[in-house]
Amino acid sequence: MRSSTSGRLFHAVAGTISVLWLLPIAAVIITALRSFDDIAANGLAAVPQSFTFAGFGDAWTNGGAGAMWNSVLVTVPTVFLSLALSSAAAYALSRFEIPGRRTIILLMLAGNLLPPQILLVPVSKLTELLGIYDTLIALIVVQVGFGLGFYTFVLQGFMRAMPNEVQEAATIDGAGPVQIFWRIVLPMTRPALAALAALAFTWIFNDLLWAITVLRSSSVMPVTPALLALQGQYVSNWNVIAAGSVIAAVPTVAVFLRFQRHFISGLAVGAVK
Amino acid sequence: MPRSLSRVPPILLLFVLVPLLVEGFWVFWPALQGFWLALTNWDGVSPPQFVGLDNYARMIDDPVFHTAVTNTAIWLVLFGGLSAVGGLGMAVLLQKERRGVGFYRAALFVPVVFSLVATSLIWQVLYQPGGIFDSSPLADPDTAIYAVLVPALWRQVGYVMVLYLAGLKGIDPGLYEAATLDGATAWQKFRHITWPQLSSVNSVVLSVIVIDSLRSFDVVWSMTRGGPYHSSELLSTYMYSTAFQSLKLGYASALAVVIFVLAFGVIVTYLVRAFREN
Repeated sequence: MRSSTSGRLFHAVAGTISVLWLLPIAAVIITALRSFDDIAANGLAAVPQSFTFAGFGDAWTNGGAGAMWNSVLVTVPTVFLSLALSSAAAYALSRFEIPGRRTIILLMLAGNLLPPQILLVPVSKLTELLGIYDTLIALIVVQVGFGLGFYTFVLQGFMRAMPNEVQEAATIDGAGPVQIFWRIVLPMTRPALAALAALAFTWIFNDLLWAITVLRSSSVMPVTPALLALQGQYVSNWNVIAAGSVIAAVPTVAVFLRFQRHFISGLAVGAVK
Repeated sequence: MPRSLSRVPPILLLFVLVPLLVEGFWVFWPALQGFWLALTNWDGVSPPQFVGLDNYARMIDDPVFHTAVTNTAIWLVLFGGLSAVGGLGMAVLLQKERRGVGFYRAALFVPVVFSLVATSLIWQVLYQPGGIFDSSPLADPDTAIYAVLVPALWRQVGYVMVLYLAGLKGIDPGLYEAATLDGATAWQKFRHITWPQLSSVNSVVLSVIVIDSLRSFDVVWSMTRGGPYHSSELLSTYMYSTAFQSLKLGYASALAVVIFVLAFGVIVTYLVRAFREN
């Protein structure tokens, strides 16, 4: 009997907190589905008198679609390049006696821990100097450079834990280091790569600071900074603003739901290491 | 460390050098420039003028800098402290695998995947006059910083919870069983088993929290731009607007150095721990 009482108490407490946590999301989805006239006439807190996708339509056609495409153009290459470069570095640093390997690993990690503020002014000037300021290329290379240290650190830890025997057997069979990397180590690293890819996707997709540091034109802005512009453009059109934030959240929520386990393990690995 | 493979094929040097050069070019080189620019007066157009430590001296008489420092401290204590306590509390509550626990964990975690900009807009909708409040708490200089803090916390608690859940998973269930046999209360179990066993996760959470607090930018920038009247300014937002709106690039770089100095201790601690484990 005692256990069922404590069970009921548990569900009451955890359930209340969960509902409180989800309430803002529900409120925003409801707001997004109301019409402007309804909100203007009855207020935000009123029981909805309308149901329309007009807010979504406005947010999507007024920059949303273009911004989403820019986000794809930035996020996909950035995730791919980051993981390609960092897994190569991690392989060499974890499986071979590279001179100064510990120092290199920690130096790379240290770079990722720097507060980005110290880099903003020089990085923005550097992109101007290279003639890539206000292009998506600038945003890609900056984010690849800044993220590499963390990904390399996590991946080398993972690769170091692999048994030596596989590599030795392959070496005896005449496989070179590059072949071993490509055919053996990379496939075995897949769980870690999946976790990092899911994490990197959300980080890059959600980025605001780097985007507004190296980009200026609204035509090249990805979703996250574009959302800010939408807010300025649709002052007090709360249905459009709410719809915009729902649209911006859909890709990361989808990745999270699809790769939930990888995602959570990635977060934990990254921090507990 | 695999001892058997000590000879390094030359191609592997490239495997290391290319990523290292990319990071060097986009992180280390700009960081060094940042420290140098902090000693100059620069508008971004004419060449930077060396002014020594003038930028730092200026901070002493800059009221906005004082507000930003105070708010950053508030942010560290409230954003950091409450997300740690809330995250730990939720992790302990949702630790045991039982019916419904997956849903509760997911509910707390969902906001973590939203961007802070989307989070800010969600809460801006909630804060509008005629919603929960008669007038927006973002518009009042006395409440703006706290109004911005709530959405940031809403998102961070789930993240810290995940870190603690991973830590709690690593605790030997035998310890709890033994304690139950000895008649220990729930609080005694927490105090004498859970808490000491979490010491390494605690230090990780501490570093994550300090680094995240000092980096916090998006949520304030999206909701208030540091206003009204700089009342919700953090060091990070003040640095950004000084650089890219006021175009005082030297002073902005000095503000960035201040953020770096505040983060330095934590970065070193984090690296020392990483070094030990390597």
